[in-house]
Amino acid sequence: MPVPVATAGKLLDVRCPSPGASTTTEEQHVARVVVEVMPKAEILDPQGQAITGALSRLGFAGVTDVRQGKRFELEVDGSVGDEELEKIAESLLANTVIEDWAIRRIDGDA
Amino acid sequence: MSARIGVITFPGTLDDVDASRAVKLAGGEAVSLWHGDADLKNVDAVIVPGGFSYGDYLRCGAIARFSPVMGKVVEAAQKGMPVLGICNGFQVLCEAGLLPGALTRNAGLHFVCRDEWLKVESNTTAWTSRYEAGAEILIPLKSGEGRYQASEKVLDELEGEGRVVFRFAGDNPNGSQRGIAGISSANGRVVGLMPHPEHATEALTGPSDDGLGMFYSVLDAVVNA
Repeated sequence: MPVPVATAGKLLDVRCPSPGASTTTEEQHVARVVVEVMPKAEILDPQGQAITGALSRLGFAGVTDVRQGKRFELEVDGSVGDEELEKIAESLLANTVIEDWAIRRIDGDA
Repeated sequence: MSARIGVITFPGTLDDVDASRAVKLAGGEAVSLWHGDADLKNVDAVIVPGGFSYGDYLRCGAIARFSPVMGKVVEAAQKGMPVLGICNGFQVLCEAGLLPGALTRNAGLHFVCRDEWLKVESNTTAWTSRYEAGAEILIPLKSGEGRYQASEKVLDELEGEGRVVFRFAGDNPNGSQRGIAGISSANGRVVGLMPHPEHATEALTGPSDDGLGMFYSVLDAVVNA
C-alpha cells in the first residue's frame, strides 16, 4: 500500500491478534482500537485557541496552549489487521491534508 | 436543446433548489441528482450545492464524498465534465480529491453570513468565462468552515498556474489563506468556491445578479464542447 505523505500516521503499542484467530468466530479476538486525530502542528486551530483563552479567563494561568482533536473508539474482530486500520484512519477518519492520526490497539480479552 | 445541468441533493443539502433555479434563469435545464443513485442522468455538467450534507458529521463533506453519485462525478470530472462545488459542495470536492486543500473552521470561530465582494482572478475556467478578469462581484457568503487551507507548496502552485479563481476583495472574512474564496482544477473544468452565486441571481432576492455569470459560463462551455 503506498503511503502518500511523509507525515503519515504512527502505529503505537500494537498487539496483533494471532493469525489463526480470524478463521472461527468463537475464537475471534474482539479488540478495542483507539484512533486519535489531531490538527497538524502548522494548521491554525481556532477552537484550541478559544479554549486557551477561556482557561486563562477562568484563572488557569499556566496553560499556554491547547489543541483540539478527535478520538475514535473502534471495536474490531480479529480479521482487521494493522494495514486495514491504517487505511481506515487515512481514508476516512482523518483528512491528511490538515490532520495527523495515531492508532493504538487495546486488546479486550488479552 | 438546452444543456442539462445536474444538481445533487444529499441528506442535509440546503441550496439545491436555488441552484436549480439559477440554472433555469440562465437558460439551462436543471436535472435533480440523488446522492444514493450512481447515475448522472446524461447531464452535461454537475453542481454540488451548499448545505450540511450528512449533518457535517466527521468533517464537512467527508461522508458525502463516498456517496454513490460522487463516484460518478469523480469519474466524469476526470473526463472533463464541468463541476461546480458551492460552499459545502466545495468541501465535498476537496474531500473527494477533485480539488486540492481543505476548508477549515473560520478564524475567530464565527459563522459568517454576509455579502462579500469577490475579485474574479481567472476567467479561463468553465464556470467564469463570462466575467472580465479582475471584475469585482457581490456574492453572499454563509459558512462556518470556509477558511481555505493548503500547504505553501500547493498555494504557490495554485497561484502560479492561475488556479485561484476568486479572492475576497475586501477584508478577509474567515482567515482563508491568501484570501482565497475559490479555486479550480488544473484543466479549469472543476471549480469550488465558498460564496453562493446561486443566491445572487436577481435583485429581488439577492444583493446582485452577479452570480448568474457562472451559470451562463458553463452553458457556453458545454454548448461549445
